[in-house]
Amino acid sequence: MDPLAQTLVELGAVVFCLGLLARLAGRIGMSPIPFYLLGGLAFGAGGIIKLEGMHEFAHLSGEIGVILLLLMLGLEYTAAELFTGLRRSWQAGILDLVLNFLPGAGLALLLGWGAVGAMVMGGVTYISSSGIAAKVITDLGRLGNRETPVVLSILVFEDLAMAVYLPILTATLAGVGFLGGLTTVGIALAVVTVVLKVALRHGHHVSKAVHSENSEVFLLNVLGAALLVAGAASAMQVSAAVGAFMLGIAISGSTAHNATRILEPLRDLFAAIFFVAFGLNTDPASIPPVLGWALVLALATAGTKMVTGIWAAKQAGIARPGRFRAGAALVARGEFSIVIAGLAVASGAIPHDLAALATAYVLLMAVMGPLAARYVEPLARPFIRRPAVAPQL
Amino acid sequence: MNVDETNLPGLGRRKDFMTASGRRIGVVELREGQTELIVSTWDDPDTCQASIPLTSDEAATLGNLLGGMHLAMKLTEEHKDVPGIVTRQFSIAADSPFQNQPMGKASIRTRCGVSIVAIMREGEVLPSPGPDVVLHAGDLLVAVGTQEGLDSAADILRHG
Repeated sequence: MDPLAQTLVELGAVVFCLGLLARLAGRIGMSPIPFYLLGGLAFGAGGIIKLEGMHEFAHLSGEIGVILLLLMLGLEYTAAELFTGLRRSWQAGILDLVLNFLPGAGLALLLGWGAVGAMVMGGVTYISSSGIAAKVITDLGRLGNRETPVVLSILVFEDLAMAVYLPILTATLAGVGFLGGLTTVGIALAVVTVVLKVALRHGHHVSKAVHSENSEVFLLNVLGAALLVAGAASAMQVSAAVGAFMLGIAISGSTAHNATRILEPLRDLFAAIFFVAFGLNTDPASIPPVLGWALVLALATAGTKMVTGIWAAKQAGIARPGRFRAGAALVARGEFSIVIAGLAVASGAIPHDLAALATAYVLLMAVMGPLAARYVEPLARPFIRRPAVAPQL
Repeated sequence: MNVDETNLPGLGRRKDFMTASGRRIGVVELREGQTELIVSTWDDPDTCQASIPLTSDEAATLGNLLGGMHLAMKLTEEHKDVPGIVTRQFSIAADSPFQNQPMGKASIRTRCGVSIVAIMREGEVLPSPGPDVVLHAGDLLVAVGTQEGLDSAADILRHG
């Protein structure tokens, strides 16, 4: 078979299989992310079938997938929401960061992966999956619950933390020295602050620049702008993903809403390919040796997220059952943990076992998260004393 | 009444209030434009017993029902000193002969001595509607008259 035909056949087969997997995930009410990862493991190096032709395409598409994931994350929130979220939830946000970064970082140090490995694993265990959390909240009919704004504002804080963390990670992975690292952090913080300020005051100008009534023109405008900003950010060593995230924040109002609608199918496609590409690069044989550690880490960080949620909900005056629900909603890790691990793998600065551990960890957490959210109330019943007041009739 | 408004970043807004019976009740307005009616459980006001997605038509109809009830209650209160005068609500069904027709065509006041004092439509009140107001399916008519007059008005609206 000539190379083009081989690439097309492989790509078609993979995308088709992803469709089947996503359908299966939808049928049993789960996030498709772990299925995509398993699909990638099965097709890649050392898997059941070895796919060679689509590597180049998968690599570039994966990069675009990351950019779209972050762009849409930015589109989800307006600058004003980010500011109020930050003001209201910074204490819970910092507790969340400390409690959930340390287990990952600590395990990386224990396994001898050094400071860079600790930086990466800390990020992997810190960031909850806002995609899975939002879906779980909607599916379980908890939109009207009082603890839901608490959960959402912690997610907002995490996303802002990502905007600062990703440039630092990129700099660390590139192996810049202490001084170079400080410069990058300085640039990152300055850029994030300036973009937020600009978005708050002049977001409508950015929106106007990309806006168009014609959906085709609009799609090309938004996508082009995202890739340009991402490329420029990448050239400035601030990480492509953060550039896209900042653009997403700057676009606001109805333009942001329309952009979300129009980009969603593209994001779904490219993000799915990104997860597969990540799985492709991981040898399934490297998973069993780290499975034990992944399980320990999964249990530990499920616990730390529970503590975060319980504390934050308690501060907000929520009763006990709601505190447990808030904690469980935060347990899921997913897309952004893989984005972080993917950046690390692409740089080549980390040991191979780390990718395997991150894969196993996200597989566990993406499955455990929604289950925890669904069954936390019956499980936590021994800890919940029902209020002694009779119903007022 | 104090309605709490809470932002749900990335998803929408929640507007709710506490009822005298200790339940929280309200709506969630999603970014995509859907509305959900929420009702809390009695033992844990933080959680929702029901979270019911409503189309804009359904939300408007529910608004009419509740708003109409309120209006009717107020009118009844005002008329309670006049014996024999009753307030009642009529909804225009999808198969009513008068839907998409001006209200004057039914000549309810001439035929049964009943006054239509208001029309509730999509959550809004049209006070003292004239004979050329066009009726739509789903409209709620608030009528004042005698018991017999209202009975025959109901019959006219249903069967022509």
